[in-house]
Amino acid sequence: MARIAGVDLPKNKRVEIGLTYIYGIGRSSSLEILDKAKVDLSKRVADLSDEEVASIRSVIQSEYKVEGALRSEVQMNIKRLMDIGSYRGLRHRKGLPARGQRTRTNARTRKGKRKTVAGKKKALEKK
Amino acid sequence: MSRSLKKGPYIDAKLQKKVEALNKSNQKRVLKTWARSCTITPDFVGHTFAVHNGNKFIPVYIQESMVGHKLGEFAPPRIFRGHPGLNKTETTTTPA
Repeated sequence: MARIAGVDLPKNKRVEIGLTYIYGIGRSSSLEILDKAKVDLSKRVADLSDEEVASIRSVIQSEYKVEGALRSEVQMNIKRLMDIGSYRGLRHRKGLPARGQRTRTNARTRKGKRKTVAGKKKALEKK
Repeated sequence: MSRSLKKGPYIDAKLQKKVEALNKSNQKRVLKTWARSCTITPDFVGHTFAVHNGNKFIPVYIQESMVGHKLGEFAPPRIFRGHPGLNKTETTTTPA
C-alpha cells in the first residue's frame, strides 16, 4: 500500500498511471517525477519498495504543488479575480463561462442542469 | 491566445505619458480614457481611471492585484438585468 500526498494509490496499476490519481499530477508530470526519483515506470504500485515510495514522495514534496495546497491556490486565484471586480471574476460569480464561450446554447458544464423557463411563446417553437 | 512576449504588454502611449506626469508631480487626478485595451502597469497603482464602457465612464481605482489586467476588464459594456417577462412571475435569476 503506497500512500503519497494523502492519497491511496491503486495497487494494481503501473506507477506512471497510479500517480495520476493525485490531484495536480497528470501523465507528463507523473513521468517527470518517476524520472527524477529513478523509479521504473512500468512497475506496479504494489511492487514498489519502501525506498522507491520514499523517493517519489520526496520529489513530489519538494517540487510539486498537489492536492489541498493546489486546490486552495486555484480557489485563491478565482477569489482574486472576483475581488478586483474584473470581467472574469464577474463570470465566476454568476457561474457562467469565463473565457468568452457562447452561452446562447451549451455552456452546460458551468450553468448546470437546464432550468426550463415557463411562459415562452409556443408559436415560435412549432416552426 | 496570449500576446507574444517579444512585443511586451500593450500600454497606451498617451495614457502612459499622462500617468508619468501625474507620478512626477505627485498628483492624483481621475484620468478619462477610452483605452480599454491598455494593460495596467505597476505605475498605475493608486490612480483612478474613468474607463469608457461605450456609454459612460466607469471609475476604476487601481489596486496592486489588478496589475497585468486590462483597463476594459473593469468597465463592463453590457449590464444584464435578467430576462424580460421573467420578473413578473418568478425570480429565478438574480439581477446583479
